[in-house]
Amino acid sequence: MEARIDPRKFKKVSRRELLKLAPVLAVGAFAIPKLQEPLLKAGLGFSDWASALLFRSQHLATTFTESELTPLEKFPINGYDVEDPGVDLEAWTLTVSGAIQKPGEYKLAQVQSLPRVRQNTRHVCVEGWDVIGRFGGARLSDFLHMIGADATARFVYVECADDYYESLDMATALHSQTLLCYEMYDQPLTREHGAPLRLQIPTKIGYKQAKYLTSLKVTNVLDRVGYWEDQGYSSFYSL
Amino acid sequence: MSEAVIEIESPKTGEVEAAVYEHPWAVRFAHWLNAVSLLVMVGSGFQIFRAFPSFGAKIPQQDLLHWPKAFALGGWLGGGLQWHLTFMWIYIATGLFYLGYQIFSRNYRQVLFTPGDVRGVWPMVRYYFFFAPKPMAREVYNPLQKLAYTSVVGLGVLSVLTGLAVWKPVQFSWLAWMMGGFHWARIWHFAVMWAILFFLLGHLVMVVLHGWNNFTSMLTGWKKNPDYLER
Repeated sequence: MEARIDPRKFKKVSRRELLKLAPVLAVGAFAIPKLQEPLLKAGLGFSDWASALLFRSQHLATTFTESELTPLEKFPINGYDVEDPGVDLEAWTLTVSGAIQKPGEYKLAQVQSLPRVRQNTRHVCVEGWDVIGRFGGARLSDFLHMIGADATARFVYVECADDYYESLDMATALHSQTLLCYEMYDQPLTREHGAPLRLQIPTKIGYKQAKYLTSLKVTNVLDRVGYWEDQGYSSFYSL
Repeated sequence: MSEAVIEIESPKTGEVEAAVYEHPWAVRFAHWLNAVSLLVMVGSGFQIFRAFPSFGAKIPQQDLLHWPKAFALGGWLGGGLQWHLTFMWIYIATGLFYLGYQIFSRNYRQVLFTPGDVRGVWPMVRYYFFFAPKPMAREVYNPLQKLAYTSVVGLGVLSVLTGLAVWKPVQFSWLAWMMGGFHWARIWHFAVMWAILFFLLGHLVMVVLHGWNNFTSMLTGWKKNPDYLER
């Protein structure tokens, strides 16, 4: 194709082509202070939606051999507040409520009466580090069965002795590697790692693995999502 | 050459210039959108990296580099993640749009590095770095440019794949496995970013060296009197 035009016409053509790039300026909305927060919230929400779609309830996290374990003393203790909230281990019970048939106070022995699972899995922190630990406990799904939980409810919500709180989508709660963990490295959970009971979820990021559990609720509605989530972290953060 | 050519005739002097429509709208659009999202991804990526600037163990932690807060986007780890997890979709969508356009319009032939370009690379390297004479230009992109642009598209794909392995090492365990596990995927993701930044540095130097007429062609699509048109 060849044509001959004058310079004015060429300027016009060039300008029109430049203007066609205007849609790129739409990303400038992220620079407007009023729009930035809702836009980023929407973006994070979209990522969480995609994460829930990508989650496969039958797909297992990789497990590791004994020789691949990070030694217990090199397993970081990441409390958000205190390393030991002073739980009275003798008197401790888990308060269970919500969409379940048998609400009430559950003793550690009742959790331990369920089949014990031990697994060597990777713990990934949102900061970027990762360690491979050995965890033991009862499947959360077995516990939910024991308390007669409505498996069609959307969330499992937990609160902790240090005022930390977390929530899990039901698909992850029912995943066979999701544990109510009372052992690390075949020893009872130490205080700084969340004694007497914590969550251990190899398919989730670290901040979801709440320590020092005090209560558990099965629910369709969340007033709060989680300690970090409510400050702007991803709600679903599956690995 | 498949690009459109027009001649511009000045009514006063009668002088005739040629202009070539080098960059279709889709390529320009993808280029600038990608430029923005790439900067956001790098800036927020550094913010995330600042939370644990190491690839070793957490205990004891040995920091690799202290990246200044001024060159990080998001203010804190949660903010950096919000930017990263938002713009990754724009980054991926732009990449898919670009690749889709290039393939279906067959415009990829303009830029894809092929075996036929191999022997043209060295003369261009000699020209740029060792003061050798400039090889005859025959197309919009010379062989070295094709190599660079084809490589950086490959790096873009790798940045997404390594990123997916870091974000979802369990769901995409096969990806993480190919990279040597989560720990290595994080290292690769970081390395790919530096490779892209290295390209960007060279790219910007070249843009400055080649001047305004060359620069505006990525805005309007048209380039006046390109060297391969001499006749």
